[in-house]
Amino acid sequence: MVRRRKWTEALFKAVGLCCLTLAIGTLALLFGALIVEGTGRIDWQFVTSFPSRRATQAGILPALVGSSLIMLVTAVVGIPLGVAAAIYLEEYAHRTWLTELIEVTVTNLAGVPSIIFGLLALGFFVSILGLGASILTAGLTLALLILPVVIVTTREAIRTIPAQTREAAFALGATKWQTVSHHVLPYSAAGILTGIILALSRAIGETAPIVTIGALTFIAFLPPAPFTTEPPYLSFEWLMSPFTVMPIQMFAWVSKPGEDFAGNAAAAGLLLVCVTLAMNGLAIYVRYRMRKRVTW
Amino acid sequence: MDLMELPSIESLDDRVWPKPLKAETKALSFSYGSRPALKNLSIPIAEYKITALIGPSGCGKSTFLRCFNRMHDLYPGIRYEGEILLYPDSRNILAREVDPIEVRMRLAMVFQKPNPFPKSIYENVAYGLKVRGLTDRRALEEKVEQALRSAALWEEVKDRLSAQATSLSGGQQQRLCLARALATDPELLLLDEPTSALDPIATTNIEELLLDLKQRVTILIVTHNMQQAARVSDWTAFMYLGELVEFGLTKQLFTNPSKKQTEDYITGRFG
Repeated sequence: MVRRRKWTEALFKAVGLCCLTLAIGTLALLFGALIVEGTGRIDWQFVTSFPSRRATQAGILPALVGSSLIMLVTAVVGIPLGVAAAIYLEEYAHRTWLTELIEVTVTNLAGVPSIIFGLLALGFFVSILGLGASILTAGLTLALLILPVVIVTTREAIRTIPAQTREAAFALGATKWQTVSHHVLPYSAAGILTGIILALSRAIGETAPIVTIGALTFIAFLPPAPFTTEPPYLSFEWLMSPFTVMPIQMFAWVSKPGEDFAGNAAAAGLLLVCVTLAMNGLAIYVRYRMRKRVTW
Repeated sequence: MDLMELPSIESLDDRVWPKPLKAETKALSFSYGSRPALKNLSIPIAEYKITALIGPSGCGKSTFLRCFNRMHDLYPGIRYEGEILLYPDSRNILAREVDPIEVRMRLAMVFQKPNPFPKSIYENVAYGLKVRGLTDRRALEEKVEQALRSAALWEEVKDRLSAQATSLSGGQQQRLCLARALATDPELLLLDEPTSALDPIATTNIEELLLDLKQRVTILIVTHNMQQAARVSDWTAFMYLGELVEFGLTKQLFTNPSKKQTEDYITGRFG
């Protein structure tokens, strides 16, 4: 009897280990292949060149710049909106059927396929608002995409603040906003930031909605610089500029005939993975640093 | 303590009644949704005295205390009835037009479990002052020191005011919360079982502090510990199931209770 139970246990252990190896192994294999194929192509020239018909002269500069600028727009729009919405839902809103409905909707939005967001953006930002297939449109689209994730993670982070801490602030005469800005937000900042960075690292790899709104696959120029030599020294023309992003550039190279561009695609993929991993690493570091500063 | 030493006591329908008063509840009832928690409570709070609320768990003593700083207002579906008058201006702090924040500016509270903010010791004590708009560094530092001295914590923390409040021991944390409450010079100090999470030595420290503090501030304390009520308070209210059973001088209530229920409770027959 005991022996049989032990045998079951051993069996489960073995099966579990197999599953784990399979999952990790596949990932490692993929990543390995990417490294083998891609590292040869990654050099300064690759990072600073425009696409070209010749694989060896082609580079990823516009895609890199495009991805960065879009992330900037996404962050500037998506983060304040998402955090503010979460604060409202968690701290201010009364429990009514309407807030319940909003809650369910927000949670479900996180599961909506990203291409649907692309369709919405095509209809609303591109056609109705006439923003075109611009960096602004792409940034806004991805901001919408990460909004539910930011809201959900922010709410979870806020909810970890004990009620006694809030009550302590209120008992001292603090207003709701003082309680939120002096206590709730600083104490949950680590969790909120982690959520934000993870959401952004998801967004940077998004392809479907960006393709849907009509991003270019071949682009030989950079958006206008945000700084100018003449007053007011700031320019927002880049927001309306056409663009491409790293996953699209990668896709364009993959779909080209011939072996030459395969290396480029792998290199772009490698770069994308590295950026994502770096962002995740940053999230872990930020969480570690902030957790250390706030000790309960 | 001799009864004759006490300030003027009026006899009001055969009960002794304190005077002067800092606050008074008049026919106070409170309910969470449709569940009544307090029923028709009229309890006086004597100025510069310690009034203790005793009673078995769930009798509503904490609920009663939290009416004073309108803490219940943070949660939906609650209802107050009756009045809580704060003297000398006889302001009914439960009145609809009274902002809970205005009430909380005059009162201070120490909670059951030490709940310092995860900030520095200094920031904890200074927080109430900052909320009140005090920004002058010198004035802040002075007030913080004063408050920490009143809470008998200054000597222990004066060299590490910027250390995390959570690095203090439980007893120190609770004295820090007391300092945080005192820093704003409250008219009435509400204590919700402030020693229930502390060891006997830390408890004694707090109790001694309270006896000192009543020179300057009126104290209303909820305690499940009858010995504590007997040791520190001047007046005691015994509550049961949301109702006031007996109110009187602590000495009288503990030695010669007028109600059978009170006697059963203080002799440990129930609760």
